[in-house]
Order: sequence, then structure tokens, then C-alpha cells
Amino acid sequence: MSTRALPFGLGSTQKRVLPGFGLSLGISLMFISLVLLLPMTGLFGQLAGLSLAEYWAIITDGRVVASYTVTIGAAAVAAVVNGAFGLLLAWVLVRYTFPGKRLLDALMDLPFALPTAVAGITLATLYASNGWMGRLLEPLGLQVAYTWVGIALAMAFTSIPFVVRTVQPVLEDLPVEVDEAALTLGASDGTAFRRVILPHLWPAIVTGTGLAFVRSLGEFGAIIFIAGNMPYETEITALMIFVKLQEFDYAGASAIASVVLFVSLALLLAINIWQGRFIKRLHGGRG
Amino acid sequence: MSIRLHNVAKHFGRTCALEPVNLDIRDGELVGLLGPSGSGKTTLLRIIAGLENADREPAGRILFGERDVTHVHVRDRRIGFVFQHYALFRHMTVYDNVAFGLTVMPRKHRPTSGEIRARVHRLLEMVQLENFAKRYPAQLSGGQQQRVSLARALALRPDVLLLDEPFGALDAKVRQDLRRWLRHLHDELNFTSVFVTHDQEEALELSDRVVVMSNGRIEQIDTPDALYRAPANRFVFEFLGDVNHLEGEVRGGTLTCGDAHLSVALPDGPEELLLRPHEVKLATAPTREAHLPVTVTAISPVGAEVRVELAADWLSEPWLATVRHADFEQLNLTRGQRLFAVPRRWHRFPDPARQALAPETAAALS
Repeated sequence: MSTRALPFGLGSTQKRVLPGFGLSLGISLMFISLVLLLPMTGLFGQLAGLSLAEYWAIITDGRVVASYTVTIGAAAVAAVVNGAFGLLLAWVLVRYTFPGKRLLDALMDLPFALPTAVAGITLATLYASNGWMGRLLEPLGLQVAYTWVGIALAMAFTSIPFVVRTVQPVLEDLPVEVDEAALTLGASDGTAFRRVILPHLWPAIVTGTGLAFVRSLGEFGAIIFIAGNMPYETEITALMIFVKLQEFDYAGASAIASVVLFVSLALLLAINIWQGRFIKRLHGGRG
Repeated sequence: MSIRLHNVAKHFGRTCALEPVNLDIRDGELVGLLGPSGSGKTTLLRIIAGLENADREPAGRILFGERDVTHVHVRDRRIGFVFQHYALFRHMTVYDNVAFGLTVMPRKHRPTSGEIRARVHRLLEMVQLENFAKRYPAQLSGGQQQRVSLARALALRPDVLLLDEPFGALDAKVRQDLRRWLRHLHDELNFTSVFVTHDQEEALELSDRVVVMSNGRIEQIDTPDALYRAPANRFVFEFLGDVNHLEGEVRGGTLTCGDAHLSVALPDGPEELLLRPHEVKLATAPTREAHLPVTVTAISPVGAEVRVELAADWLSEPWLATVRHADFEQLNLTRGQRLFAVPRRWHRFPDPARQALAPETAAALS
């Protein structure tokens, strides 16, 4: 995890021992420009046609603001639930051996592999009032489909791998002896977990949860089928962008998209800085 | 606190890691468990600690003093355990690592925070790390980390201290220093301790008594001195140091091997004698009892002695002799020089012991 930055300065006369630096960095930058930076520039280009007042009016429109609340609220619930269950799943996959472990491990990636629209349709049919789960939950007064619970469920489904796959390697790196050391010092199982294991996993859990949250903010395909899309109630921000696009209002769509982009970027940056500080401590001040 | 093991065995699945073992460790003793890898020494230590459960059948017993701890959980056994790779809590400072055992005690037994602070600082002073309290483990050297882990293990004033290859991950010089330092600490605080090692020098230097193990069995338990002088069997003899072999045929009180011969008071028949390097004297002429012509193939001055490698037609493997520097200069040794080896004494382990030594064990020793 300790990445040592290569000395910079492409034109430096000093001969580098590792070959291919210029070529590999060049290709990397080109790829990033084409795939990442160019579309983003396009987005901002669209925004150029708007005055600040128009921009502000679009992103603070009542229906759009309601969609922020729905999206962020559902994403937060999905992320927290995933944080807890992702930790549990990672723990089970790392610390125990049982038949079918490899299969369970492979299943973790399914939400990545499955087209999100397929997931959305499946969830919608399952939780609709005549679906398998919906039929059982309806009499209990629990409606999942076409409410924000359904949105959160779809978000949780698509983002669970983020938590599992970030926590798993960190947990694998944590030697069992550390656990044993805590026990020989008289700690109860709970104390050992809380004071020794959890602090080690904490950055990974936060990163995983953060990634899951950010992923949920932008999720579209899996959600629209189960959300019901009632204005002011179960409309998500990604749908608002879609609606604007259908009205050929590209500038409006870009404005809303830029809000999602800024929130996501800010969150990712914050997580990275915080995590860097923690890792620095583990590696004794050498980043 | 004394430790007594009665009939303790361990299987992992179908493999037998430890045959039923009996062991008595006296109060205040420092005992080394010595053996090659796979000899069951770490398993034995972990069973004493409670990190591993002994087999239910046969039902063994583990006693600390008069307290039967066979079914006591590791956290209630009152042991201190030092791991080979320190197993420090990397997200905590040195101070917090040492204080951990005290801060997780149930509230009604827990010392006040002032007492904890005083005790941790005393421990850090003892391991000579009082200026490092605020550092994180990653900012310390291996030797310092191991001292932290020792202080952490001693913080709860355990009945017994158990160390699993405590110096195995450190370099030679640091290992030497820490070894001496542990010995002093042990003499000062007088706790009972058991440590595991595969390094015979470490075991002999540090222990009051050494338990030599191989293949899940205890081969011998004795003081380092007795162990070195009177090994119980060939395995112990070979494991405790370098060995020279002399194989030949005895007839009429003379062992012959090619053009070499040696007077021995043994019955006729094939015979194998074993000699330690320091038991081989070098001379410019044969004696009446010994005619063992050899050629010097390598000379390396190591510490207080000079190690000389010897080869000859009648030897399948070269011999090793250690010579004092004074003798080395007197003999004016050079490579290629022809000399005569004169055994000061030799050892022999008759056939049953020889068969007990499996070929793979012999290979692991060389």
C-alpha cells in the first residue's frame, strides 16, 4: 500500500533503471484523457451555455432537490447496511473454511457482472405486491417496491462488492497472532474485535462504504424499475438527468450531473486523505 | 509457578503433531524447547498457553502449580506470550500496546489510570524503551519491537512467560544481545519461562534445562551441560552440534578404514564412531593409537577458534576440526597441508539408536 512516487521530471538527464517510464506514463495519461477527462470537459462545455443564475435555478429546482434527498438518503442507508454486512461477509470468507466457500466468494462479484437493468427488473418483480417477496411483506404493512426502501435495496444490491472486496484483503493481511495476542492479554472476544481488529479494518470499511455510497449516488438501471418514480417522492437524481435529456435540455442535464460529480469527487478525495493519514501511522511516518 | 504436563498429545486431523508427553518444569526455571521444524515444539508451547487444545483422548492434564488449567481458556490462564513476529498492535503507540492488558481488565479489577501509567512506565524502563512511549511499532527496529512485546506480555505479571522463537526474526548481533538481556531479566524477576527455538546455541546458552524434541517426541530433558556431554541418543548428539563420522571395521581392537586405523577397545564387527570438531587434535605425526592421515582443504578463523576442514580418501564426508589460534600458529597450517588427526575422545551410539534416525532427519541436520 505504500506507493513511493517515482521521481518526477520527464526531461531529467538522469538515467532511470526501470525501463519504459516515458512510454508507460504517456500511454496512461492519454488513456485517462480520452476516457476520463475528455467527457468531463464535454460536460463543463455544456455548462458554459448557462449563466450562473440559470445554473443555480436548475440545480435548486424543487423537484430536483427532492430527488437529492431521496438519492442521498437511500444511498446512505444502503451504504451503512452494506458496511455492516460487507464486513460480516468478508470476515466469514477470510477467517473460516467451509464447503462452498469458493462459490460464495465468486457470488460476491455477481452485482458487478450482472447488467444493472436485469437486477432492477428482477428486484421489481420480486418485491411487487404480487411477487414472491412482496406477497409475504404486504400483509405486514411493508411495501418495498415503489418506495425509497426499494431504492435503497437496489442500491445495496449493486454496491455490496465494494465493501467486501476492500475489507477482504486487509483482513487477510492481519495475522491471526494479533488476535491471539489480545486473547493472551485477557481480552474478551468482543474487546479483541473492537480494540484490535476493527481499528485495522476501519479504513477499509470506510473506503468500501464510501465507494458503495458514491456508486449508489449514480446508479440508474437497477433503481428505476423498482423506484416507481413518483415526483417529489421516489425520483432519484440520475432519473432527473435522464428526464432532462429526453426533453433535449442538455445544459440542464449537465448542470444536475455536475452536482453529482462534485459530491462524488469531494467524498472520494476526503476518504483518500483520511485513509492516507491512517496508513502513514501504520507504516511509521513513511507514507 | 511450576508447570506440569501429564500425558498431553495433539493430532491435527490424522497427523500426529505431538505424542503423549510428560513434562515437569520447576518454579522459576527457564526452559528451552529445542528441535528441528515439525518436531512439535511450537505445538507443545501453544498447548501450554491454551492457544491450542490438547487431544481429548488420551485425556492429558496441564497444571500451573496446583491449579488445573487443562480446560481453562487462554485469557484466564495468566500467561504472557511472546510471538516470533511480535504481533504488536500496529495502530497503537508503544505505551498503549504495553497498557493493553491492563486497560481491558474488568472494571472492578482494573488498576486506576495513575497506577496503569506508573506500571507501564516502569515496564518501558525495564525494556529500555522509556523514550519511545509515543512511537508506533513501525517506527521501531525489530529488536525494539520484540522488547515492547515482552513488556506487554509482562504487564499483567503472568504466572508463566511463554516465548515462541522470540529471536528468530532478528539478525545475529541483536539476537545475542537480547538473549543475554532476557537471561538477566529472568534472573531478576524470577518468573517461570518456556521458550521455543530451533537454534541449539540459543537453547544451550539461555536455558536452565533444555527439552530436545523430534517428530513429536521428547528425546531428552537435561541441563545444557549434561546434554552436551551425555546425549541420550544419536539424534540429540547430532542436533546439538557439528559431528564427524568415522566408519570402519573393528578387528582385534583396531578399527580400520582404508589406510586409516585407530585403536579401540570394542568387539569385532562394523562400527561407527562420532566426534565433535573440538575433539579432533591435529598433529604432524601419527601416534601409536591413531593413524588418520588427512589433508587440509579449508581454513576459516571464526571467533575464538580456527575451523579447519579436513579431507581424506577414507572419508566419505570431510571432517571439521576446531583449533585454538595458538595451536594454529604453532602448526603453521596452510591449505593442502598433510597432517594426522588424533581423536581426544569419541562417542558411539549402538545400532538401535542408529536405526531410529531416519534418513530424512539426517538430511535436515546437515
